Amino acid sequence: MTTTTTAVLVPLLPFLGAVAGLLLGGGPRAAHRPAGGPRSPLSSPGLVRPLAVLPTVTAAVLAIVVAARQGGGEAVHAATRLADTGSIPIDLALHIDGFAALVAVLVGVVASCVQIYSTGYLRDDPRYASYAAFVSLFTSAMLLVVYTDDLIVLLVGWEVMGICSYFLVGHYWETAAARSASLKAFLVTKLGDVPFLIGIFALATDAGTFRISEIHDALTSPGSGFQLDHPTLIALLLLAGVAGKSAQFPLHTWLPDAMAGPTPVSALIHAATMVAAGVYFIARLLPVFTASAAALVVLAVIAAVTMVGSALAALAQDDIKRVLAYSTIGQLGYMTGALAVGDRGAAVFHLISHGAFKALLFLAAGVIIHAAGTNSLAAMTRMGGIAKKAPDAFWTLTIGLLALAALPPFSGFFSKEAVLGAAEHTALGHEAGVPEAVGWTVLVAGLATAALTAGYAARLWLLTGPPGRAGKAALPEATATVPDPAHPAHIPAVMNVVLWVLAAPALAAGLLFTVLPDWFDGRSLDPTPVTSLLGTGLALAGALVTYAAWRRTTARAAVPMGAVAAHPHAEPAASEAEAIATHDQVYGDIAAARDPADPGRLLLGPLHRHAAAGFHLDAAYHALFVRPVRAAAQLVRFLDREVVETYVRGAGTAPRWLGLAVRRAQTGNVQTYLSALLAGSLVLAVAAVLVAAGA
Amino acid sequence: MHLAYPAVLAVLLFCTGLYGVLARRNAILVLMSVELMLNAVNLNLVAFDVWLRDTLHAGQALTLFIIAIAAAEIGIGLAIVLLVYRNRGTSDVDKLTDLAEKPAATAAAEPDTGEQKAEAAA
Repeated sequence: MTTTTTAVLVPLLPFLGAVAGLLLGGGPRAAHRPAGGPRSPLSSPGLVRPLAVLPTVTAAVLAIVVAARQGGGEAVHAATRLADTGSIPIDLALHIDGFAALVAVLVGVVASCVQIYSTGYLRDDPRYASYAAFVSLFTSAMLLVVYTDDLIVLLVGWEVMGICSYFLVGHYWETAAARSASLKAFLVTKLGDVPFLIGIFALATDAGTFRISEIHDALTSPGSGFQLDHPTLIALLLLAGVAGKSAQFPLHTWLPDAMAGPTPVSALIHAATMVAAGVYFIARLLPVFTASAAALVVLAVIAAVTMVGSALAALAQDDIKRVLAYSTIGQLGYMTGALAVGDRGAAVFHLISHGAFKALLFLAAGVIIHAAGTNSLAAMTRMGGIAKKAPDAFWTLTIGLLALAALPPFSGFFSKEAVLGAAEHTALGHEAGVPEAVGWTVLVAGLATAALTAGYAARLWLLTGPPGRAGKAALPEATATVPDPAHPAHIPAVMNVVLWVLAAPALAAGLLFTVLPDWFDGRSLDPTPVTSLLGTGLALAGALVTYAAWRRTTARAAVPMGAVAAHPHAEPAASEAEAIATHDQVYGDIAAARDPADPGRLLLGPLHRHAAAGFHLDAAYHALFVRPVRAAAQLVRFLDREVVETYVRGAGTAPRWLGLAVRRAQTGNVQTYLSALLAGSLVLAVAAVLVAAGA
Repeated sequence: MHLAYPAVLAVLLFCTGLYGVLARRNAILVLMSVELMLNAVNLNLVAFDVWLRDTLHAGQALTLFIIAIAAAEIGIGLAIVLLVYRNRGTSDVDKLTDLAEKPAATAAAEPDTGEQKAEAAA
């Protein structure tokens, strides 16, 4: 097979897998189907798992083959005309450079891990077939976004991801939180997609082509002198779509709520696919953004606000997955920060290392939620012994957290230092065309976030219950089913295997920094001494401060609280679905818990209340958008019911009244009819005579 | 003889007939008034036939035709009146108003059909 054929197969295989999975899945599996329930004639439940796993794994292998053949050298090009629109044609085009090849490998590997993990995690789920099909479709759409060279085709993949995220986040649609979260994820990302679409059209009009590589080459080649007519406008419009998909500051609110979906979905959306798409898109079109200093400043401010705000919010969350969700937002902030200072190599490096360790963190969190029977850190810290119940998950979680906190030997350190190094490079004025203020903004926010990130990573680790503290605190009395330590939760082996597979890149992917510049733009990604020392020092300080706070608060963990709903022998997803559904009732809030033993409460002080609620951005959106929309809907309802329908009802009532009047005339007396007939014909005759005479 | 005399007589006959049709109550008298109107037409036909000196005498032929038709019509009409009288004990045109739409009656009939439907469903 040529490289092009292989590359075409990469997005195509998961897509075919998704179609086959949807066709053959055929409704609930036999054990769960009510007697006589509907079932597709094609249904063959035995094929569902192979259909879910095999195409994705094959696509991952092929993506690795493509990457190996491409090897960071000359970009692979292939194109066929899809639609001759009359002005700017739409092409089905491939463009695989080092960025595309490596990101596709990340997507393929993480998606394969998620699919394999899901076979254990959702092993008894009645809707597993459609779930797996949507995960495949999601993967396929992301791979399309990664490989395509045409903006319109990219938009197709972009939107398919949006709709898949809606279905997957809403997988537990029996719970209200999941239903509203899926709608929110869909609507908020769509809110960004509308300006994004306009931005794509504006860019294509200015550049005269939809091809990303042509736009990129025209803007970067020194001799051409080509310039966009409206660089700031285009960059800002595109930025809106990116902020929606990559969960950046004003449009990030969908992401913490999307935690209502199953854990593997969170891992997929947060690590490799949806959120990475926005960053990857800017990386591909970076010259469009660097053409406008204003857009770079906006990008840097968004990145800085996102980083610091999300790190503070992560310190206050009680749900283990929401902590990770806010940390995803923060790490994406690093990536957009790297793009703002004009270094796309550093951004994509961080994207790849973050993709690996964040997938690991989420999947480990899924196992821990199953083992603990709760997603609440407050309940976990009282239970203790997670390290004994789920040792693989606990230790891989530890590796993931160390990578997240960016401590030296782990992958997160190198990629984050690449970002901070790029920011320092720009701040000192070495980057042409990027304002120094942008560099300083990203650098300062990045360093502050490094400390905060280490802080919440340490808090998460300490509250999850390190070994040696097992069973120290009293179990809450509001417990539904106390998990019996003698019968630890059954954790499917595939899930543990996947965790260790992902732990390898989290441990070692950082060493790629020596190789990656050949794949990317050739800029060095080596850690610079100043930022390395500052970043690591701040991270250590953050972790130590959190540890000190935890030592002070841990005595208060004697206060019993929390609820545990464990199903040690059911599929792992069951515990999670119940934990999500009950968190609001038990703790009075979907995000926070009134836990006096929480070190985050001590560290944040009066800020804790606001941070737990995501700095009330949701409330602000509620007041700014939801309420006016509701009021407008009320108005429309009034206009429809009272004004428009009045005309409709009038159109029915008026003939009825007319009919009543006419009915009066129908007396049944033939002589009356004849009299009327005579009078009428007389009138007509007289009229005819008059007309004839007048004429 | 001047044409005005038969024409005026025909008009008088026709108007008398018309009045009878519109105003009399007894169905038999209504039928008789119809005969008057027909004969007014016959008179006109004959008078104009003569006045125009029509060699084919179309007017007279048509008059004979109308007389035949009138005989048949009165036969059927009287038979109907007779049957109506037997059935209803009256031949009063004013009281034969079965074709009238009666709002009160239809309003009363609707619940009945509704009940019937309910019974049928039960």
